[in-house]
Amino acid sequence: MTNNPAIELKGISKAFGPVQANRDISISVMPGTIHGIIGENGAGKSTLMSILYGFYKADAGEIFTDGQKILIPDSQAAISAGIGMVFQHFKLVENFTVLENIVLGAESGEFLAPSLRKARAELAELAAEYELNVDPDAVIEEIGVGMQQRVEILKALYRKANILILDEPTGVLTPAEAGQLFRILGRLRKEGKTIILITHKLREIMDITDTVSVMRRGEMTATVKTSETSPENLAELMVGRKVLLSVDKTPAQPKHQVLEVSKLTVVDEAGVRRLKEVSLNVRAGEILGIAGVAGNGQSELLEVLGGYRSATGSIRVNGSEIDLTGSSSDGQSRRARGIAHVPEDRQREGLIMDFTAWENAIFGYHRDPNHQLNRFLMNNAAIREETAAKMARFDVRPPNPNLTAKNFSGGNQQKIVLAREIERNPDLLLVGQPTRGVDIGAIEFIHKQIVALRDQGKAILLISVELDEILSLSDRVAVMFDGQIMGERDPLKTNEKELGLLMAGIISEAKE
Amino acid sequence: MDVMPKWADVVLVPLFSLVLAAFLSALLILAIGESPGEALKLMVEGTLLRSAGWGYMLYYTTNFIFTGLAVSIAFHASLFNIGGEGQAMMGGLGVSLVCLFIPWPHWSLAIVGASVGAAVFGMIWAGLPAYLQAKRGSHIVITTIMFNFIAAGILNFFLVGALKPKGSMDPATANFPASTHLPTFEDMAQLLGFEKMFRSAPANVSFFIALLACVVVWYLIWRSPLGYEIRALGKSGPAARYAGVGSVKIIMITMMISGALCGLMAVNTTQGESERLILNFTEGAGFIGIAVALMGRSHPVGVFLAALLFGFLYQGGAELALWTKIPREMIIVIQALVILFTGALTLMVRAPLEQLFFAIRRG
Repeated sequence: MTNNPAIELKGISKAFGPVQANRDISISVMPGTIHGIIGENGAGKSTLMSILYGFYKADAGEIFTDGQKILIPDSQAAISAGIGMVFQHFKLVENFTVLENIVLGAESGEFLAPSLRKARAELAELAAEYELNVDPDAVIEEIGVGMQQRVEILKALYRKANILILDEPTGVLTPAEAGQLFRILGRLRKEGKTIILITHKLREIMDITDTVSVMRRGEMTATVKTSETSPENLAELMVGRKVLLSVDKTPAQPKHQVLEVSKLTVVDEAGVRRLKEVSLNVRAGEILGIAGVAGNGQSELLEVLGGYRSATGSIRVNGSEIDLTGSSSDGQSRRARGIAHVPEDRQREGLIMDFTAWENAIFGYHRDPNHQLNRFLMNNAAIREETAAKMARFDVRPPNPNLTAKNFSGGNQQKIVLAREIERNPDLLLVGQPTRGVDIGAIEFIHKQIVALRDQGKAILLISVELDEILSLSDRVAVMFDGQIMGERDPLKTNEKELGLLMAGIISEAKE
Repeated sequence: MDVMPKWADVVLVPLFSLVLAAFLSALLILAIGESPGEALKLMVEGTLLRSAGWGYMLYYTTNFIFTGLAVSIAFHASLFNIGGEGQAMMGGLGVSLVCLFIPWPHWSLAIVGASVGAAVFGMIWAGLPAYLQAKRGSHIVITTIMFNFIAAGILNFFLVGALKPKGSMDPATANFPASTHLPTFEDMAQLLGFEKMFRSAPANVSFFIALLACVVVWYLIWRSPLGYEIRALGKSGPAARYAGVGSVKIIMITMMISGALCGLMAVNTTQGESERLILNFTEGAGFIGIAVALMGRSHPVGVFLAALLFGFLYQGGAELALWTKIPREMIIVIQALVILFTGALTLMVRAPLEQLFFAIRRG
């Protein structure tokens, strides 16, 4: 092995219209190491990787592998240069087997059987070499997410990848699955593979990488040895200022019962039971956090509470029953009952991306008499003015109510939603994934707002797939798995391992 | 950031589309051995340089405003109302029933009654496909276009049967009573002391109803909570669901308003011009409405301007057919080109313009 870097980028730049997504980026990664790339959403990480994989053509710059200059006009070229990519959203054919997925696109000859035979033999070798065990005949849709990710890694290795790029690989994994993934990555490193890990999670960077590069606004602001840095230091490099990573809060002082959910059951269109007799309660002045891997019924729970999914069972707010199926079971009726809702997906549900900030600032409350001039007309001028004030209070940048929602960054979009829901002074706030896709600076602000609302004596139901967020914000933590509440813990007395077991549906071992 | 300033997007894109369509049309006219310059001169002289030309142009414009607004409002809810023809035909039926069977003392009352009749019939005809879409998920494009054929059939049925005067060989109703006849532009000009203006041109007071409809639709879409909900549903179904905006209700209301607007067109054609109900009185205006809405960017001001343009093309086309050997169908080809460029090919026009502005901005 030579002393050449496995992969080296020199002066990569790429602009989309007026936006400079990458500006003069240079990285060099030595073989047999794991290099992390960390940065906020929109910092240009994905663009850089897309250039490496031949999806975009760089405006300027050069790419070298093992000291040789290469051109990557398309993904075929990337593959033949030994670059493999594991995307955040897997690119697998759901109803094909593992083996068929691995061969797909790399078949040799007119007939499938010889290719499959050859692949089966090679797969066995790979599995032995890297301890990547998967059943080659399992159908993709029947295996877990962690397994699917392994198939993606195997696909890259089967195509003789020496450099493996993983884009936000742990977003869909339980802590235990993430642990397994990191063991696999460690093993690959030992075998001399080079790995580039893109993530926004500081802890993962600290846990596994050898070197780390920080990106901010399209530029590479620093490249450091992981052992010589700290999470605080990285966060500062990412945001450009000092950031408080932990949430500052006093113990909760819960009062009366606000939300009482009992035996809530949801059956979806396909007849699958998404919620199975879920019961929980939230008191005024406390935050109940619901942890769980995405897709275990949390979204359905929020939708039922928010009034746009029908269910059986009962929900009581401040002691009185809520209509679950009838004509007053919709978002506007829920809001009238003092329930505010920050939905999980702000770009799909919480906001209308083509509406201006002021139009979004009354979304769901647009029938409120305060916003009307008379029965037929809205008071647009007053709404604009009010929105401008709200945007100032919530530090939305730029504070221009006439700007379209899609022109704000993720964090500022979320602030618009939060401002709308919090400033209605609700009794109960439902919050789903409050900081998904939000930059670190805004996370701090959003967490503060949620705690402040709690301290005003409001009840808050928080749903998040970020375990750190659940642990630091919640006063009580419930874990959901397969549509059920697996148990409730005190965040101060539990740990990630225990919650991780509950998230995987293993109760017996979690009782410590 | 948007690359182009808004004015450029609103003004330059349709303008360039139009220029391209005109250029291709000129080539076509050349190809059949006529002079495009002469043709344009004829069109302008026959339409814009004499008052009767205006009277014809504004008559067509009135139709196109109604159907253009109808398609626009449906567009705002992401619905494609392709059934303007049928809704207008049913509107015509509504107008004739009101005019034939209610003794009106004066046209000013009759026009109110006829408008209500036209709107209600158009509304029902759009409401049925809307219900099928909202409740059953039958695609509105398919159902509205099928409803066009059904409406044509119904019109036929009545015009050769129950509504045809005994002994008549013409598939049309009896003439409406004189007290329902609407003042034309000629009548109005005379009232103001201008003789020999708009002579025998069909434009009539319903043009002003069309203008009023533009204003009402503008308020409805951009100023009312209902318009807000229509636009919200049109932009994002999941977000509307989250906010508690009922899609069934909004689809029904939007389509019924759309149908009512199409129906109103019949006040112009049936009560205003033919003064009886005839077959095929819609003359494709329901479809032209789609082009008008596309070109007018679903905005009432844009719809008004696009309706004027298409009114000009319609009347100009008739002039061409009269004085040259350019067939009237050529005008349909030109209209099709305009639709192609303003609707389907806007991206083709917009992309180079965006690049131009980007280059300018960079200096």
